[in-house]
Amino acid sequence: MTARRGIRAFSLGYLAIILVAPVGLIFWRAFEHGIHPFWAAISNANAVHALKLTLEITAIVVPLNTAFGILCALAIVRHRIPGMGFVNALVDLPLALSPVVVGLALYLLYGRDGWFGHWLLGHGVQVLFALPSMVLATTFVSLPFVVREVVPVLREIGIQQEEAAATLGASAFTTFRRITLPAIRWAVSYGVVLTTARSVGEFGAVSIVSGGIAGRTQTLTQYVQASYENFDQTGAYAASVLLAMLAITTLLLMTVVKRGDRSS
Amino acid sequence: MPGARKRALGTPALGSGLALGYLSIIVLVPLAAVAAKAADGGWHHFWQVAWNPESRAALELTFELAGGVVAINAVTGTALAWTLVRDEFPGKRFVNTLIDLPFALPTIVAGLTLLALYGPTGGIGVDVAYTRWGVLMALLFVTLPFVVRTVQPVLIELDRDMEEAAASLGAGRFTVFRRIVFPHLLPALLSGVTLAFARAIGEFGAVILIAGNLPFKTEVASLYVFEHINSDDPTGASALAMLMLVISFGLLLAVGALRRWATRHDR
Repeated sequence: MTARRGIRAFSLGYLAIILVAPVGLIFWRAFEHGIHPFWAAISNANAVHALKLTLEITAIVVPLNTAFGILCALAIVRHRIPGMGFVNALVDLPLALSPVVVGLALYLLYGRDGWFGHWLLGHGVQVLFALPSMVLATTFVSLPFVVREVVPVLREIGIQQEEAAATLGASAFTTFRRITLPAIRWAVSYGVVLTTARSVGEFGAVSIVSGGIAGRTQTLTQYVQASYENFDQTGAYAASVLLAMLAITTLLLMTVVKRGDRSS
Repeated sequence: MPGARKRALGTPALGSGLALGYLSIIVLVPLAAVAAKAADGGWHHFWQVAWNPESRAALELTFELAGGVVAINAVTGTALAWTLVRDEFPGKRFVNTLIDLPFALPTIVAGLTLLALYGPTGGIGVDVAYTRWGVLMALLFVTLPFVVRTVQPVLIELDRDMEEAAASLGAGRFTVFRRIVFPHLLPALLSGVTLAFARAIGEFGAVILIAGNLPFKTEVASLYVFEHINSDDPTGASALAMLMLVISFGLLLAVGALRRWATRHDR
């Protein structure tokens, strides 16, 4: 089968040129002189602060979007409230919208002359160029993932078991905890993994609202950009490799969750 | 049993209300702020700000590149999906996992990795830094999974009897693909390229390092918005951002319509 070989060579060759070779090279660049330069580059104060800030934002955003995701999926599938088509499109929008538009939106809203910013600044609350705006930006871009994973599962399981539980006297909360939640747990886990990956990797929206001050409002992705633009390639490669390792962990978790889903 | 149903589902008002409130604060109100800023000076003023030589060049380049992304992904994405479904080779499961890497990898890292190999210090005799080719590569990197992941499940479900029947009646391999396989893949392929197109229109992180800051040369729409925020021109940024918002929303509606069309026989 020469045609099959040809298609295989073509598609794997494309993958190698676009993806495998470039990603492989930064691992090589980060470790070509051993582990010490890598370690020195990521253990400087600004890099450590950037990593901590990224993890802090992620730790706030993921629980928020998980809780919202489950509520929103229930609202979309179970309660046919009017205007659901619009709500559906709105939930998907962060997947298709440029992160710079998100950043600009928050910049306008919470800036000095913004609808909210004016009042908040008057009451001494700094949102822009501080943690709150970075959390808001990250929440926006990672909002759809839990909803999108849970909606199809809720549709599939139907409501018979929930109705049966309610008939037998279970409260709404008990029904949710004992019937609905176990059914959607793999979908929620998958959504959480995707939300985490998106939060850790967020760059565009955050870089508009954060100001990117090293050691203060600079996330790890912004640290990569700043290092590269300051001709500190070692620092940029080291931080990139750290982020790439987090991404690879995400991929492995996705595979594990998929397998768990199939076996249940 | 309507009573039981109602009890099982909880009070719709509370949960849905919370969800809608959250969605409004996080998504709807900020976007309304962009719309309000763009509409500040009226319709005529909006076009004046949105449609200047620099923004026009940025939009034209963005659409050209997104078109290229669609054309290339349609071919390579289908080929990759086909290889993953119909071919057998060692390491296939690893390759299958690898396809999702661009979704998991931060976009700024994607741009940096491409610069490391295809940039000035790559050492292989090419330098795509500050060129349109470099921007195209960055867009191809981040959009790689879309077509593969939409076409692959359809290819898995596709019944091979039809292909065998066509082949036994004397159809060549290319004819079988064109007449049997391709029509079945078309809705999924269209969804995949539409998603890739939307992503290419808005991509920022992967292109910023490669594109540099060169208006009329490598400045795509997202970079235009970014630069105009930085140079304290929120009105100019908002005008183009508003166009991008409308385009994204339209593309999402198109994907939704495609999905309904593809499953029209199931309902």
